[in-house]
Amino acid sequence: MKFLFDSDTWQEIYGSIRKNKIRTLITIIGVLWGIFLLIVLLGAARGMENGFNKLFGNFATNSVFVWTQSTDIPFKGFQKGRRFNLNTNDIKALKSEYSKEIKFLAPRNQTNNLVIHNFKSGNFKVSGDYPVLDKIQKKKLIYGRFLNVNDIISNSKVTAISEDMYKQLFDKDVFPIGEYIKINAINYKVIGIYEPSNTIDIDGDTAYIPFTTFKKVYNKANKIDWMMITAHEGTDITQMEKDILRTLKSLHKVHPDDKRAFGSANLGENIGKITGFLIGMQFLTWFVGLATLIAGVFAIGNILLITVKERTKEIGIRRAIGATPKSIRQQVILESVFLTTIAGMLGVVFGALVLFFIDRALGVGPDAVLINPTVNIPIIMIAFVTLVVLGTLIGIIPAHMATVVKPIEALRE
Amino acid sequence: MIKIEKLHKSYPIGKDALHVLKGINLHIKEGEFVSIMGSSGSGKSTLLNIVGLLDEHDEGDYFLNGQLIKNLNEKKAAILRNKFLGFVFQSFNLISYKTALENVALPLYYKGMKRKERLIVAMDYLDKVGLKDWANHLPNELSGGQKQRVAIARALVTKPKVVLADEPTGALDSTTSDAVMDLLKDINNEGMTVFVITHEEEIAAQTSRIVRLKDGVIISDELTKVAKAI
Repeated sequence: MKFLFDSDTWQEIYGSIRKNKIRTLITIIGVLWGIFLLIVLLGAARGMENGFNKLFGNFATNSVFVWTQSTDIPFKGFQKGRRFNLNTNDIKALKSEYSKEIKFLAPRNQTNNLVIHNFKSGNFKVSGDYPVLDKIQKKKLIYGRFLNVNDIISNSKVTAISEDMYKQLFDKDVFPIGEYIKINAINYKVIGIYEPSNTIDIDGDTAYIPFTTFKKVYNKANKIDWMMITAHEGTDITQMEKDILRTLKSLHKVHPDDKRAFGSANLGENIGKITGFLIGMQFLTWFVGLATLIAGVFAIGNILLITVKERTKEIGIRRAIGATPKSIRQQVILESVFLTTIAGMLGVVFGALVLFFIDRALGVGPDAVLINPTVNIPIIMIAFVTLVVLGTLIGIIPAHMATVVKPIEALRE
Repeated sequence: MIKIEKLHKSYPIGKDALHVLKGINLHIKEGEFVSIMGSSGSGKSTLLNIVGLLDEHDEGDYFLNGQLIKNLNEKKAAILRNKFLGFVFQSFNLISYKTALENVALPLYYKGMKRKERLIVAMDYLDKVGLKDWANHLPNELSGGQKQRVAIARALVTKPKVVLADEPTGALDSTTSDAVMDLLKDINNEGMTVFVITHEEEIAAQTSRIVRLKDGVIISDELTKVAKAI
């Protein structure tokens, strides 16, 4: 190892590298390209993943939606085509049966109504909700607050509306909180204005009113239009969806094999597909990056081999004046390692620069495609170490070639 | 210094073998200035390569400085070459991307000498061959005679016991040839054994002993006028 810290060793390497600049340059570019691609691809894949995560960011991704349709199979005396509703008893049953799995459960009733404020009006969705909705589908409030438990208990006539609704219904300089808007001829006090979601939004512009208020005003009794269920972390969401549907089918006297009676959508499953796609892309990235890296290392080996052939005579001279095979081998291998290391470092730097510019170009603003494209330091270290190890291994071949030729044959060239 | 007994060497050519050296007996004492003469194909270069440990012989004994040379591995050969032998080649064999000074200093690098020290020593030897002012020139900036003088300085820098010169004047004109031979004579006068291969009578005549080779055997071995004069 002593030779590593010997300035003469490096003098020799510097000499032989400086001798042929183009060769050195091409060699370096070969490996540089490999690690550069690896870093840029990994960074871009990460950026894309971050972008998707942001897209689903306001939504609890392990959610299931359930609603009713009409039955498809006659069962227990009922004919097919029967229509029925979810009700509050279902909520209780589900909550008690799946207490371990269910994190949040939001029953929802929705309708469309004309919403009026003074002389302005618009047709909007009106939704009866529990405060828990805010947990499943995060609402960013600009002013005021979202519904709370007191609103539910006291059946208060309050509403949270979207920013767009506010703009449409109110004059510019009117502060909306505390004002009243008229929905279906009933006055509601505005308690909050929320930002439109720039990600997934299944509600759109909606006037949220307390679930209990909705129930009374629209005479829903204990009926529920549909519900949103969020599972605890680590729950198999697809299995939970099946279990819940089975329970609901038995509660509503629906044939267990009836596929039409209940509609359901599993957000987790859809996100799973995208996550799968992202994982696939990551794998592809690794594959392409590593393959390029290996190709680069082989390029170094190849060029060193050519160089050794080219330098047969020089090596012969060196051996005639007393160079041992070991010292020749050390020099060639060290040259290989040195070149791969330099190339690797440059590749990391250029890769990071490109990621920086990608971030600048595509990663800013609400419509960003790639967010925070980064590569973990350990991954870079692993790639780097792999590179250096491969560089050493590939250097052994030309180094061996340089010493198997007898000095006399080398000199004769 | 060099003692060779019944030395045989053949090279395989396809299925046959080309018998190049057919039983050479040669004894060179320390401080001798010997030239080997012979036409091409006589085996003189092969003999020099074996003496210089660049090649191995098949049969017979070879003693270098009293040490029997047999089954040397490359490492040992390299160390012996570095310690006992200095080479001067017809085509100079300088490393093209190193300056004259660095070329001369290279054997000392393999000897393990520190950089500063070896550059001082190398400069001394360059001065000896009259090329101090050319120390930082690359080989392609030097004339043929200058290159050969650099090569001689490189051969001498490790203070070897024997200097082996393979047609040292082969690529030079007569004036520079004489200068190179004068240099070799000076070296010999300082007590170093010099072993020259040549096919030129004038060059051989300047040495003190001429060994003539033909078809792999020694046909004559005599002292020259130079030697008799001393």
